[in-house]
Amino acid sequence: MNLSSTYRKVFLDPLVDNNPITLQVLGLCSALAVTSQLLPAIIMSIAVIAVLAFANVAVSLLRHVMPRSIRLIIEVTLIASAVIVVDEFLKAFFPEVSTVLSVFVGLIITNCIVLARVETFAMHNNSFSSLLDGIANGLGYSWILLTVASLRELFGSGSLLGYSVLPMAEAGGWYEPNQLMLLTPSAFFIIAGLIWLIRTVRPAAIDQNVVTSASNAEPNQDGN
Amino acid sequence: MATELATIVFRSVFIENLALNFLLGVCTYIAVSQRVETAFGLGVAVTLVQTLTVPINNVIYRQLLSPGALDWLGLEALDLTFLRFIAFIGVIAAFVQVLELVLERHFPRLEQALGTYLPLLTVNCAILGASLFMVQRDYGFTESVAFGFGSGAGWALAIVLFASIRERLKESEVPDGLQGLGIAFIVTGLLALGFVGLRGIEF
Repeated sequence: MNLSSTYRKVFLDPLVDNNPITLQVLGLCSALAVTSQLLPAIIMSIAVIAVLAFANVAVSLLRHVMPRSIRLIIEVTLIASAVIVVDEFLKAFFPEVSTVLSVFVGLIITNCIVLARVETFAMHNNSFSSLLDGIANGLGYSWILLTVASLRELFGSGSLLGYSVLPMAEAGGWYEPNQLMLLTPSAFFIIAGLIWLIRTVRPAAIDQNVVTSASNAEPNQDGN
Repeated sequence: MATELATIVFRSVFIENLALNFLLGVCTYIAVSQRVETAFGLGVAVTLVQTLTVPINNVIYRQLLSPGALDWLGLEALDLTFLRFIAFIGVIAAFVQVLELVLERHFPRLEQALGTYLPLLTVNCAILGASLFMVQRDYGFTESVAFGFGSGAGWALAIVLFASIRERLKESEVPDGLQGLGIAFIVTGLLALGFVGLRGIEF
């Protein structure tokens, strides 16, 4: 495999085949609660991509000088610094969005995707492929987040980004909003649907992290 | 005062459950709920860590970071609130490490059962989340103890309930694409729906 196709794989893999949310079950925590509307989800996605890219590059650059025994602390501190910058930036330039996201920006620190990528990828790869990996994983996370958010906003309040798409019944239109979509459980249902969809389209994508019930947990071809 | 504290505990266990209402700590929640026993152990560990780290962070925030906290040093108008992320995560990481040592020494069986999941508590969003909510809601010291305990217990309740359902689920037939992860999300959604029903309760 030549260099550019390695980079291609690094970039494309996390989007569907090895998606951090639907396959590795990472980073759900800080994400789903911000998906009842599209705008906060977009800002959240950008924030996560920025933090992931920064943390990956920083750790990759420092990987030879970090003593192994304290690497976790250093990694977490680097991630936390990136998150502080993002948080202050949002507070300064997008105060309303910052209020909506409230504690969830801070929770990017404990977003498992970031630490997982830093630990498993950036510690062993050069900074350019770490940058690609960070952005790609961020995008893989984002498209799930944005899909969930668009579905929830569209069917929950009949609008997208605040613009009315389905005219609401109470405003003289025909659409009777689905109240369930505004509640948190709907995020779980939508993600379950997405997982179902991805696995039906790509049967190879059987999860390796969560042990499934013995009945169908056949070892897959890659030997993972 | 006592009723206020009881209200905070009740709210954080049932109405504002961290796992099911704010979706915090869901990664660990999904990954460590194969067996009730482990889920219970993890729940206890989370409750313990929450009950202690939230008040510790409360003290740190009030005494060192909040605007005007360092007036006595002659550093008026110094606002260190932006440092709260690093401070909190440091406290949590250090505390988890200590907890690991204590468990290893005195409760080796529990330590073995929790195994690799204990260090993961550091990056469990529920724990950092509780500390951040504590700041956002401006809780005092005793309130933060109540909130820490309640939110930890709520998380423990959620994961034990979920693990018990999941043990039963092994016997049932699930469509291929939904096996494992997919059905786990649907079950969590239904559980969360049950907790939404408690939202109307007011004191």
